[in-house]
Amino acid sequence: MAQAHRTPQPRTAPSQPRVFKLVLLGSGSVGKSSLALRYVKNDFKSILPTVGCAFFTKVVDVGAASLKLEIWDTAGQEKYHSICHLYFRGANAALLVYDITRKDSFLKAQQWLKDLEEELHPGEVLVMLVGNKTDLSQEREVTFQEGKEFADSQKLLFMETSAKLNHQVSEVFNTMAQELLQRDDREGQAPRGDAAVALNEGPARQAKCCAH
Amino acid sequence: MEVGGDTAAPAPGGAEDLEDTQFPSEEAREGGGVHAVPPDPEDVGLEETGSKDKDQPPSPSPPPPSEALSSTSRLWSPAAPENSPTRSPETSSGGQGGDPSDEEWRNQRKHVFVLSEAGKPIYSRYGSVEALSATMGVMTALVSFVQSAGDAIRAIYAEDHKLVFLQQGPLLLVAMSRTSQSAAQLRGELLAVHAQIVSTLTRASVARIFAHKQNYDLRRLLAGSERTLDRLLDSMEQDPGALLLGAVRCVPLARPLRDALGALLRRCTAPGLALSVLAVGGRLITAAQERNVLAECRLDPADLQLLLDWVGAPAFAAGEAWAPVCLPRFNPDGFFYAYVARLDAMPVCLLLLGTQREAFHAMAACRRLVEDGMHALGAMRALGEAASFSNASSASAPAYSVQAVGAPGLRHFLYKPLDIPDHHRQLPQFTSPELEAPYSREEERQRLSDLYHRLHARLHSTSRPLRLIYHVAEKETLLAWVTSKFELYTCLSPLVTKAGAILVVTKLLRWVKKEEDRLFIRYPPKYSTPPATSTDQAAHNGLFTGL
Repeated sequence: MAQAHRTPQPRTAPSQPRVFKLVLLGSGSVGKSSLALRYVKNDFKSILPTVGCAFFTKVVDVGAASLKLEIWDTAGQEKYHSICHLYFRGANAALLVYDITRKDSFLKAQQWLKDLEEELHPGEVLVMLVGNKTDLSQEREVTFQEGKEFADSQKLLFMETSAKLNHQVSEVFNTMAQELLQRDDREGQAPRGDAAVALNEGPARQAKCCAH
Repeated sequence: MEVGGDTAAPAPGGAEDLEDTQFPSEEAREGGGVHAVPPDPEDVGLEETGSKDKDQPPSPSPPPPSEALSSTSRLWSPAAPENSPTRSPETSSGGQGGDPSDEEWRNQRKHVFVLSEAGKPIYSRYGSVEALSATMGVMTALVSFVQSAGDAIRAIYAEDHKLVFLQQGPLLLVAMSRTSQSAAQLRGELLAVHAQIVSTLTRASVARIFAHKQNYDLRRLLAGSERTLDRLLDSMEQDPGALLLGAVRCVPLARPLRDALGALLRRCTAPGLALSVLAVGGRLITAAQERNVLAECRLDPADLQLLLDWVGAPAFAAGEAWAPVCLPRFNPDGFFYAYVARLDAMPVCLLLLGTQREAFHAMAACRRLVEDGMHALGAMRALGEAASFSNASSASAPAYSVQAVGAPGLRHFLYKPLDIPDHHRQLPQFTSPELEAPYSREEERQRLSDLYHRLHARLHSTSRPLRLIYHVAEKETLLAWVTSKFELYTCLSPLVTKAGAILVVTKLLRWVKKEEDRLFIRYPPKYSTPPATSTDQAAHNGLFTGL
């Protein structure tokens, strides 16, 4: 399986990219949807709070390889937490988003990390802490250093972004994509198992996807 | 005459039954299926009621005195304290020194508040809820004062203000209005606000939360819903048709295409799918219901309207969404799971409502089938053309101009057919053209909306319902008419004569008759999901009987 997976990759990559599931988590109005929208559609608009979950896909080229990111943008509102937990399952990667102008959202991101670790085995999921809204840096409540330190202490990746100014947004997702590919190539069982699961449900959908 | 009474939209029956103020009461209506529409015998009635009516209405701003008085007395007949409560709201709304002392806040035409039984503010249309806790405290005090006498407060009439109270479980909803809307209409709006809250949380969970903790701050759970409520209240003010008529607005579409889209929705099923809706700009293209799920409980137009407003929200502008939603009229205590996606780059929106919590991928597959099917039908292009009729103001919602009717002097109308095939009653609909020239600014629209509300209230007055009203207002002339076949509100140029108005209305009715296949969904499609193999069979059968 691992062989089949790895060696033909350059050939199959264009038609059958590997599928990775990425969830966006964080409190309400920190900019999760804006990050997703900026990345997938290169668009920014002030949108209403997400209702439930929103789903996006994007095929990313990383060097010679390409992969398909299934992005689950979850609602920050408490009332939707039960439904969003469903989509933690089988996630390969998570972006923990906070708003650099709101300390509470930073603390909430730490809470999300705990929730995530309860649902998934640590190390199984690639996590990046994202401080969004650097365009509002004059109102900053969480310093870069604070974010960085917390991320390091938890072995998370870390970046600061501005979805509004399109600062570092694609870098975030591309870094994740690269890491995911590397991990998938490098590591043994756990991530490969995940990828296989994702692929198992993938083909049917993808086949139709190509048809339209 | 009895038709007028039965149609009573937001104000059915006696004044006593508070809870069941359901706006649409189609069940009561019998004897549809007739054809000849043009006004024949009613001409006499027109003259009569028209002239009788003219004595009273040209009193623009204050509410029609007779009706207001009679309903006040009826409302208050069980409870005695007519005078004392009328005092206190004045002090609460006007003379209070709290934060809402703000002039602008007080000048709003209509306030809507939601609070918990314990007096905790949950929502206010204007101003911040925090600043209003004192005001809300007064409201709670009023309600519990009347309650302690074993009664329920329904409305207070104070000079030009109306205060309407609606208790729904642990929630108290209050409207305070200077508009010409009747108490029954305001109650209808409060019910819609409540339905909106229930649709995100369910009635059961609201009850559970407050049973558990009486002073819970529900704003925590409603975070993000305030703007949805704002939007709802705005749309009710600007475009009152749906709520007044208890019906949904359809996209005008050639019948073969609509039928084909209906058949397509019926073909594309997924396990647990209960309802499929195609909509654009908050208007219905077509909807298909699962036979069993919604067999006994037909889909209430209020629920469908709620869904149409919901999927029209900017939150759904990107990606594919998956969210729980409750249909308050169908079952206020349970969730459906909704898949919402925009098709192609079009503003056309597909909503798939199912009972399975984890069915996202099945629904997504179903959407692709619908999308492919629509491409095959060339439906996207046709819908795009339909959309291009509309003027720029109403961002790509397919619509038509009142010019299409070809009746000079006619400015706008609302038409709800009542003479419809039997099974069609499941989907009450109305049609109306775009608001054009004189009604392009907000004040103008508001004025027209107020006039429609006033006419509606008089047609459906519980004490003295009317069938026909010819109303000469300052800047326009209106004619409202309800028969066993339709409910109609027309807005005409101010210079029209009575005879001219009759001519215009006759023309309009002929036009609607001619266009009805395009304007309305005549045969709402249904499908069956559970037996996967026999689905096709059933679908085809349905298709053929439908045609």
